[in-house]
Amino acid sequence: MSEKLVQIEHLRQYFSAGGFGKNKKYIQAVDDVSFTIDRGETLGLVGESGCGKTTTGRTLLRLYEPTGGRFVYGDEVIFDVEKKQYVDMLPYRKKMQIVFQDPYASLDPRMTIGDIVGEAIDVHKMAANKKERYDIIIEMLRRVGLNSEHANRYPHEFSGGQRQRVGIARALAVRPEFIVCDEPISALDVSIQAQVINMFEDLQEEMGLTYLFIAHDLSAVKHISNRIGVMYLGRMVELADSYELITRPLHPYTKSLISAIPIADPKAAKASERIVLEGDVPSPLNPPSGCRFRTRCPYADEQCARECPEWKELEKGHFAACHHIDKCN
Amino acid sequence: MSEYLVDIKNERLSFFTPAGEVKALNDVSISLKEGEVLGIVGESGSGKSVTAYSLMGLTAHPGKLISGSLYFNGHQIEQMSDKEMRKIRGNEVSIIFQDPMTSLNPVYTIGNQIMEAVLLHTDKNKAQAKERAKELLELVGINEPEKRLKQYPHELSGGMRQRVMIAIALACEPKLLIADEPTTALDVTIQAQILELMMELKDKLGMAIIMITHDLGVVASMCERIAVMYAGKIVEYGMTEDIFYEPKHQYTKGLIRSIPRLDTKEHERLVPIEGTPVDMLNPPKGCPFAPRCDACMKICLREMPPVTNFGEVHYTQCWLNQKEEFENASCEKGAANE
Repeated sequence: MSEKLVQIEHLRQYFSAGGFGKNKKYIQAVDDVSFTIDRGETLGLVGESGCGKTTTGRTLLRLYEPTGGRFVYGDEVIFDVEKKQYVDMLPYRKKMQIVFQDPYASLDPRMTIGDIVGEAIDVHKMAANKKERYDIIIEMLRRVGLNSEHANRYPHEFSGGQRQRVGIARALAVRPEFIVCDEPISALDVSIQAQVINMFEDLQEEMGLTYLFIAHDLSAVKHISNRIGVMYLGRMVELADSYELITRPLHPYTKSLISAIPIADPKAAKASERIVLEGDVPSPLNPPSGCRFRTRCPYADEQCARECPEWKELEKGHFAACHHIDKCN
Repeated sequence: MSEYLVDIKNERLSFFTPAGEVKALNDVSISLKEGEVLGIVGESGSGKSVTAYSLMGLTAHPGKLISGSLYFNGHQIEQMSDKEMRKIRGNEVSIIFQDPMTSLNPVYTIGNQIMEAVLLHTDKNKAQAKERAKELLELVGINEPEKRLKQYPHELSGGMRQRVMIAIALACEPKLLIADEPTTALDVTIQAQILELMMELKDKLGMAIIMITHDLGVVASMCERIAVMYAGKIVEYGMTEDIFYEPKHQYTKGLIRSIPRLDTKEHERLVPIEGTPVDMLNPPKGCPFAPRCDACMKICLREMPPVTNFGEVHYTQCWLNQKEEFENASCEKGAANE
């Protein structure tokens, strides 16, 4: 089964950053990003802070108004900026949901867990009466490993891992098909991270969910995703099957990103050679011309400064954007 | 004189909060020689930061040292007054905090903040201190130091700020550097830069480092010794190889197992440690890890296990290892009888 559920074409998201008229400045948070996600698949999105991975996820759900691009969900066009075509999002919010990064900030401290989960049910009028509403809430809590007595408690009574479970239950309450997981495990302790990852996998199997899994931790993303996209400064630089991407990265940025991960094995850590990138990520207010990675890339030359590298399918299902793929492999 | 630079023995430290006594450290012992790197790993609230902070006398009210001896570089920390402590802090021992965004003062320039430590602890005048600050910035790999000295923290990126923090910490060439999750707030590629820098500086200046982190990957490549903490106790302590290749405590084993591996092709299910971290206000009676342990025995719920030693350095606190010892002992007895 390889039906495409999510198709993104040339997604663009600029944020205004002050200035008037000609001098108006924009932060190019996401620039020309295209990808597809099959039904039942998990696509991982990794990159450093400020690379636009979170913005991509939020723009898909129209939490931001897109600056450009097209998003087709199933057969329906959710937005097409060129043709000025936008749909009313409310019915689609039932199909697409999001789990936020910070379980401490994303739950209203004055609502009980039951009401947090129940709010979405009310909005979409999914329950005919109170009893039905309660039953759905309890079922969702049970699915994420909490129980009925938790429904009357407040967020402060829970640990970080439990709060993240509540956040997931809230997203599941409307029985969505597609969930954007925006760094759902970054704020959790190591021993709890594995629990939550396993739960995401179980839920996917039980409910046939499709995930866009955003994180900066490549090892966790590799574990849960079928395919991984790597972003750098608003652009997608490489996209491939998870194992393929980890073992045979083509783009120099992906290579350094993988080698920078500290390996939890002293012998392997000593044997491996780290590619340490120089410098910092440039500001998205004023990104470098041509290839955006060129200021930190060991292979960069004049061509990289002049032309923006093309997004090409180099091998089947393995995309990358770089002028010097041959030179660096 | 002790042969160690740092020698903490049986430290007990509690925080007296309105909700009750939190036993943050419970019988913690750590020793470290000059020039060594010790990693302390554990979850949030396991007491890893408190252990290191107590060495600097930074566990102020409502924290209170109940018992134990803290030796550092010829000083008995627990007997020192605030005034005496101030002479050591930033001079013989210094610290890098987790979040470089909040640990620098936003209203002072970088130069001002680096010079502060130099002026406090040495008899250099202002011009000399400025020279020293420039030197330090070069040492931590910041270019155009002259210009940077006049900048404010908000003008620098996260990685740069952490470099400035390191420069401040190294101002007086301390014997011991405490790094409290120095790279947690940074991106992986920046993390690699900072770790590389710390190892370089360690070789150059010959200081000892206590590295506090929750990332086993970071300690694997940096540290010689590792202490694994859980609920205010050191549950396992040993050389890096001991901890990674021959873990004895169920918690250590669980931690190592729960890390997603990069090099596997087949999709393997992660093996998490079930349950939730301990509530430090009401810790369980016996072994604190018992409620989450998959090999929990009756005695674990009742009594705290004693220390089992494996070789000179490696030790753990777990009843399972005691069991092995009992069996070994009885086997030997049996053999002797025959």
